[in-house]
Amino acid sequence: MDAVDSGVMLDTSDAEAPLSVHIRKERRDADRPPFVLDVSLELPAGLNILFGPSGAGKSTLLDCVAGLVRPDAGRIVVGEQMVFDAERGIHVEPQHRQIAYVFQSLALFPHLTVKANVLYGLAHLPAAEQTMRATRILESFRVDRLAARRPEEISGGEKQRVALARSLVTEPRVLMLDEPLIGLDAELKSAIVDDLRAWNTAKKIPILYVTHSRDEVDALGERVIALDQGRVVNEGTPRNVLDAPRRRRLAQSAGFENLLSGAVVDLREEDGVMRVRLETTELEVPLGYARAGDRVRVAIRAGDILLATEKPRGLSARNLLEGKIVSLEERGPIVAARVDCGAVFQVQVTKGAARELELRVGSGVWLIVKTQSCHLVEE
Amino acid sequence: MEAMWLSVKLAGCVAAILLVLGMPLAYWLAYTKWRWKFLLEVIVALPLVLPPTVLGFYALVAMGSRGPLGRLWTALFGHSLAFTFSGLVLASVLYSLPFAVQPLIASFESVDGKLLAASAVLGAGKWRTFWRVILPLSMPGVLTAVVLSFAHTMGEFGVVLMVGGNLAGVTRTVSIEIYDHVQSLEYGAANGLALALLVISFVVLALVYGINRRVRRRTWMPWTAE
Repeated sequence: MDAVDSGVMLDTSDAEAPLSVHIRKERRDADRPPFVLDVSLELPAGLNILFGPSGAGKSTLLDCVAGLVRPDAGRIVVGEQMVFDAERGIHVEPQHRQIAYVFQSLALFPHLTVKANVLYGLAHLPAAEQTMRATRILESFRVDRLAARRPEEISGGEKQRVALARSLVTEPRVLMLDEPLIGLDAELKSAIVDDLRAWNTAKKIPILYVTHSRDEVDALGERVIALDQGRVVNEGTPRNVLDAPRRRRLAQSAGFENLLSGAVVDLREEDGVMRVRLETTELEVPLGYARAGDRVRVAIRAGDILLATEKPRGLSARNLLEGKIVSLEERGPIVAARVDCGAVFQVQVTKGAARELELRVGSGVWLIVKTQSCHLVEE
Repeated sequence: MEAMWLSVKLAGCVAAILLVLGMPLAYWLAYTKWRWKFLLEVIVALPLVLPPTVLGFYALVAMGSRGPLGRLWTALFGHSLAFTFSGLVLASVLYSLPFAVQPLIASFESVDGKLLAASAVLGAGKWRTFWRVILPLSMPGVLTAVVLSFAHTMGEFGVVLMVGGNLAGVTRTVSIEIYDHVQSLEYGAANGLALALLVISFVVLALVYGINRRVRRRTWMPWTAE
């Protein structure tokens, strides 16, 4: 594995990347806030994992590379060919790009048999060549016995294999997969990925594999690109990228008033949580890629913290902290309180609530913080 | 019997013409992002709400010897368009337009956009995508369009009367003949023809609904490629 890794590294430093994407695309939909995709990527041959939460712009990026969506600016180069250049007005239609794209829904043609689906992209070839290629790819993805069936007559895993075969039989220059293995069990998934890797040892094309699952990144990753809010926020090995899933800039710009440093006490993986010590208090936060003893930062919005004057009981929230109000400050319709619970937290309540609870500087209060309101950010 | 044959001939011509004209029109309406396309949709839908006499009246004016269409037709073929079978076909095509175009639009639109994207990524241009993906998956809509435009033309009355008049063997269709019989109090003859129309309409619609039902259950897809 190490040898393969260093081999890939050498290749990319010598040759130009087979896929180079530098684009900007603004999306304005009536029902969503405006979204800007702005990325610069050089993708070498091999498996590249594109990782990010839903809405990060992963599918938009793939649509742009495929030619289904036209970027506003930038350029896309596949091998030696410029397939998009905003300045020179070049936009090669998707059918002429030789880029394979497997959609999340797979998009197998429901009215065609498995074999006819696989033959679909080969219309430009002589009949004998078509049959030969189709037979070979169906065999290498182990679906040859399904050739006469329709998509509705085969299982989910088989459909995914057929979709891969249909895309790869065209001998594309780039392969893009948009969460194609979603909903498959781990064993089936790794079997399909093994077949894909085997196929690509001969072809050596860049594969862009989209996922929002950390497990998949861990299982597949050689090279991971993390995308968030339309930007590449990290690139590297799975460990590197997953350790820093969100950046401090992101946390601050998104309005996290509380940004607290602490150390991981322990991980409770079965519950998907870990405990973090902040000065003299402890918080339960969602599981991150960290080990016990690691330094982390926890971001919490002031408005996500509940405040009580008596100790509440029977709560689903996992964090209940006792503290004293250090300061109170009116800011328009809200009152911002600073509460010392060992670490100092900023809390926001409405004026009415502050009045009713008779909040004073020095009074003892309880803070209630849901685990899911705690966000890990890059140290 | 002559009238029945004429009605079937008229309806067949109209359905065939509408299939050929309706497909590109419906394709364009289904996929264009042109902001004014709704105006064209309104025009296509107009015959649904317009009294047939209004449509027939304007068709007659256009086809008349002083109308633009009438003059063009006379220049090309040497005889006038109004009160001929060709004129009747033309007016009926307009009158049944929504019955062909709307089912086509609906079925084109219901084809999953990802399938079209997949087709493009696999190297197919728009033309190939239409014939290999959109059309096969729209067969129920195509069938509905053909049958509805046929049946609607079979039953039309107002437009035929306005544009075609009442010339035996040329423009006297079944519905006109039924009217004639009733006018001359021949209820028996009227009933015979009316019953025939009723039965034909029922059988044709039953066929369409039955076939579309089976297609939805995917037990019968004669147009499926290997």
